[in-house]
Amino acid sequence: MPVEMITGSQAAATAVQRAGVDLVVAYPITPQTAIVETLAEYWARGELGGEYVNAESEYASLAYCSGAASAGARTFTATSSHGLAYMHEMIHWCAGARHPIVLANVNRAMGAPWCLEPDQIDSLSQRDTGWIQLYCANAQEVFDTILQAFALAESVLLPCMVVFDGFYVSHTYEAVDIPPRDTVARFLGPSCFAAQVDPGRPANLHGLIGAEAQSRLVLSRHRAMERVWETLREINDRFAALFGRSYPAVEGVACEGAKTLLVTAGSCAETIKSVLPALDGTGLLRLKAVRPFPARELRTRVEASGAETVIVVDRNCSPGLGGILAQEVKAALYGAAAAPPVQNLILAGGVDLTPWMLKRILDGSLFTGGGGPDREVWGVDLA
Amino acid sequence: MVRVEHLNQTFLRTKKLPHIWCPGCGNGIVTAALVRAVERAGFAQRDVVIVSGIGCSSRAAGYLNFNTLHATHGRALAFATGLKLSQPQLKIFVIMGDGDCSAIGGNHFIHAARRNIDLNAVIINNYIYGMTGGQHSPLTPAGRKSTTAPAGTLERPFELLELARGAGATFGARGSAAQPRQLEQLIVQGARHKGFAVIEALSPCPTYYGRKNRQGGPVEMLRALKDSSVSVEGASGLDPAELSEKLVTGVIYVKDAPEYTEQYYRSTGKEPG
Ligand SMILES: Cc1ncc(C[n+]2csc(CCOP(=O)(O)OP(=O)(O)O)c2C)c(N)n1
Ligand code: SF4
Repeated sequence: MPVEMITGSQAAATAVQRAGVDLVVAYPITPQTAIVETLAEYWARGELGGEYVNAESEYASLAYCSGAASAGARTFTATSSHGLAYMHEMIHWCAGARHPIVLANVNRAMGAPWCLEPDQIDSLSQRDTGWIQLYCANAQEVFDTILQAFALAESVLLPCMVVFDGFYVSHTYEAVDIPPRDTVARFLGPSCFAAQVDPGRPANLHGLIGAEAQSRLVLSRHRAMERVWETLREINDRFAALFGRSYPAVEGVACEGAKTLLVTAGSCAETIKSVLPALDGTGLLRLKAVRPFPARELRTRVEASGAETVIVVDRNCSPGLGGILAQEVKAALYGAAAAPPVQNLILAGGVDLTPWMLKRILDGSLFTGGGGPDREVWGVDLA
Repeated sequence: MVRVEHLNQTFLRTKKLPHIWCPGCGNGIVTAALVRAVERAGFAQRDVVIVSGIGCSSRAAGYLNFNTLHATHGRALAFATGLKLSQPQLKIFVIMGDGDCSAIGGNHFIHAARRNIDLNAVIINNYIYGMTGGQHSPLTPAGRKSTTAPAGTLERPFELLELARGAGATFGARGSAAQPRQLEQLIVQGARHKGFAVIEALSPCPTYYGRKNRQGGPVEMLRALKDSSVSVEGASGLDPAELSEKLVTGVIYVKDAPEYTEQYYRSTGKEPG
């Protein structure tokens, strides 16, 4: 299989091209821009297959996708940070309308003031909208996840956000296996979900409804999220058979018998993996899916490991509560047999996780002492 | 003999210099024209506020030693509207890029014009999104290349000053980095005008627009700007075919109409503040 040295952004764009997308809508924002620029080059060379248009804002980008998806088109857009925040109304809307759009979000901090660093707050702020959220740790995973995202979204009819860290993943060159388009086509055929706008059957879409009807629709999205587990397993099986790689909702490394489990999402997991061999008694649980949240699986794995401590590494913070993933992990462990304390390393602002920082937090002394069992430590305070 | 005149250093945050702009970028020339215009207009430093959006051009706010406010992308005029309404005595200059003003911020632009609120919008038009690396904007001429239109954009550009006029702006002027003295004059006139003043300042972005469209280096781009410029008076003698090749500079329109902040306080009977 051809291996190329490309960035995470180029991997995303190449996957979109291989996926046989019908429409790409572009609006630039750092650190996402290289994705839509690479797609523009495909289009200009006549190699995109589908259509490519530039929008006047991110809001418009997602609205264009929504319109095209209503007609049954496979659509893609990419953004980051303020762009994603500006889309917020449309993000809800596309989930409600059950458009299987795939959006790549490259994590970046939110202002004020302006900051380009890879805080995850942008995508995590959108976790209640009804989008599937899949987090990637490296460029290969970005490529593979985009392909899987189209299959998954179109199967359960929910939009899917493929998320990866700005710069660490988006701008770093890595070796990526890039299967040719015909092989990809064996995994992902052309889109075949039903068009909502059908000239043969005129309808009034998305008009005003009451509370009960709305409740049923929310419930149906909630149920569709539950179907993600089964569908994702099937997709991974098919993907592994063709490409030899798969991405379970929770990835475990060295968990068995670990005293301490580190939990994170995104590229922090790569740093952790690189130092795990040198860290006795420490394992990693990486959250691939954040929505739906793999609570059951996480609980089972933590219980099975017998770990005494869970440390969640959050490159984000919900002020007034703490790291967002830590809160989700705590909720998932509620009621678990002998649930271990959940501690939190917060890297909000996009602070880099260094091997040195990991060693400091794992020596245990930082989290013991005052502050109760669920203490948090801020990376910036680790001088 | 060219008279060398140093910029009023008290109006600059000299500690922030050197600026981040590329060599040959027009942003510095336009910013200098603005500094001289503020001085020439005789405004007190404490009364001047610079509001900017986001883009290379909007970085100017960081170098100017007034109250300065970096807003979100495209929303500088909305921030400035709130500020002007609460402190009508302020002299507010809103610096925007062509993308910031006319794409994501297009809505605020037409509504500021419609209200005829007394703000001075200085749009640094380099025909490109500079900060994000060279994508086309709604002011990029059709056919020109960008990173998101490698084969040239199909889209028709706005005529910015006509858009503003149609929406209700009462002062519209065009200048360029190639003629900074004239630009300075235009900014002064706009600032003295009561109502929404739009100053479009054409400016070279050699790094992206220039390279993508083979416009040569900064010198060639400035020369091309200068050579294609014709004053409003000069333009009156040209036929439409000749005119379509030209960049008409000067005050394109000016008229009187009620100003929004004044109207507002008159209607409420309250004193500002
Ligand atoms: C909501 C949002 N979307 C996108 C961006 C990214 N962005 C920053 S500057 C810019 C465009 C700048 O172009 P222009 O306004 O023409 O100014 P220039 O850099 O050319 O001076 C964009 C798209 C952003 N900051 N916020
Ligand atoms: S990219 Fe263009 S607009 Fe931005 S500083 Fe460089 S020359 Fe100026």
